[in-house]
Amino acid sequence: MPVPVTNEVVPGEPLIRFENVSIGFDDVDVLRDISFEVGAGETTTILGESGSGKTVLLKLAAGLLRPNSGRVVIMGHDLVDMKEVELLDFRRRIGFVFQEGALFDSLSVADNVSFRLHEESVNADEVETRVRQSLRFVEMEHAYDKFPAELSGGMRRRVSIARALIDQPPIVYYDSPTAGLDPVTSQTIITLILRLRDLNGVTSLLATHRLQDAFGLANFVFEPGINRVVPIWEDADGKHFAPTKVLVIRDATIYFQGQTTDLLKSEDPYLRQFLA
Amino acid sequence: MQRYAVEALARTMATLTSKMPSSGPSLLAVVNRLLKRPIQSLQEYSYLVGDTFVKVCSPPLYFRDILEQMDVIGVGSLPIILLTGFFIGGVMVQNTAAQFQRFGSASLTGEVVALALVRELGPVIASLLITGRNGSGIASELGSMVVTEQVDAMRALGTDPVRKLVVPRVLATVIVLPLLTGVADLVGLIGASIVSYFQLAIGPVEFWNESMQSLAVGDIVQGLVKPLVFAIIISTIGCFYGLRTRGGTQGVGRATTSAVVAGSISIIVADFFIGKLLLYYLVS
Repeated sequence: MPVPVTNEVVPGEPLIRFENVSIGFDDVDVLRDISFEVGAGETTTILGESGSGKTVLLKLAAGLLRPNSGRVVIMGHDLVDMKEVELLDFRRRIGFVFQEGALFDSLSVADNVSFRLHEESVNADEVETRVRQSLRFVEMEHAYDKFPAELSGGMRRRVSIARALIDQPPIVYYDSPTAGLDPVTSQTIITLILRLRDLNGVTSLLATHRLQDAFGLANFVFEPGINRVVPIWEDADGKHFAPTKVLVIRDATIYFQGQTTDLLKSEDPYLRQFLA
Repeated sequence: MQRYAVEALARTMATLTSKMPSSGPSLLAVVNRLLKRPIQSLQEYSYLVGDTFVKVCSPPLYFRDILEQMDVIGVGSLPIILLTGFFIGGVMVQNTAAQFQRFGSASLTGEVVALALVRELGPVIASLLITGRNGSGIASELGSMVVTEQVDAMRALGTDPVRKLVVPRVLATVIVLPLLTGVADLVGLIGASIVSYFQLAIGPVEFWNESMQSLAVGDIVQGLVKPLVFAIIISTIGCFYGLRTRGGTQGVGRATTSAVVAGSISIIVADFFIGKLLLYYLVS
């Protein structure tokens, strides 16, 4: 039986808060003294080289890993204090898109997307409606009966996004969602993330080593009226803004934290190298 | 020239000595390295077995997954169990017949073969075959799921991997292995009976009478308790090595090999102790 846990947002708390979080494996520090906050509806892009600890940070934020020290507070609840059985229930409020999709090989696309609904014993008719709705959002309804092995890398990521969205979680984590994809497919994925942020108000962390992803999220918004992505500077009345921050990780610590505009202005040699 | 060689040797020795840690910490480090990992592994394995036991006894149970695993392990393994059991029975008669003929007691063949098969060979051979086929399969399947982050995805979706992956495999193996052992015993005796007929001219009725009369309740109990314990060993070791897989596809290979090696050795060792224990209690 799932343990009832208060999954509601604690008023006045940011949705995601890391307080002096450190973690290491085999006596090697992977993340050291990491502190940051993400407010409701915001997206924070975590930039870093391969192996810099981006995935570990996301897994900490989902309670899949426990830090050696520090606090990981999600929606006002400290994950470090929770037992695994409480975490399992709490994670139903969090969507996680894994690097390669992490779809279950033995299940069809429909069964992958409806996995969480089956666990919640939702009736069959509602399952089908919600699965089709979720797949339609990522434009993958045609793959309903297919198996993951029949899908391309980009399609797997989109199905993975559909699976993460099935319960409409207020928080979604994306682990390198565009890694290894061609520019067109990468853009499709970023557009989906923008739609989720601007239409559904989803708060998210996005780990990537591609600067284009950070700038894509910072410089564009999804305009529901015309149903397309528009650059923020095209808006004349200035009511639009992209609620996006950037966090650069280097040598297990936060090297830069701020807006993309600050990143662009920086004279720091490492950041300039990153921007080159 | 000789002086240069001596100086060079002295310099090398000095460098080596300066890099060498003192003997105390070095010994401690070696002991630490040698013992820490195995003890840690044993602790993690014990925790997994305990956790599995708790979750077997509490809802929710995934009945569909248990049935699927019973099909994979039970029905899938039936051909190899039938084939191996039949020939093991035949081979036993071939090897024992000559000895019994020397003493003019060929009729004892059925008795000996039945006792050996039901008490010892049936459970052990069936369990070793299931270790090779399904222990490895469990380790590689779960290992692949770990390295492709499917296990993490499961946890992220709010599902307990021990309940969803480990419990069905353990329960399915525990249900199916005693049945497969029974089948192995039966076809082994059929094989032995056929070989006895052609090699020793012992009729099937005589052979089966001898066999059945020789078996006591204790032998049947022993033949059923062993596969129960072996099933727990095979499935939990397979799951343990699968779930702790690290290092991509190479890691999956290592996990599979480790599961088969550890499973096979554990079965042989457990067989000795269970046999000893059951003989003591059943005979006394």
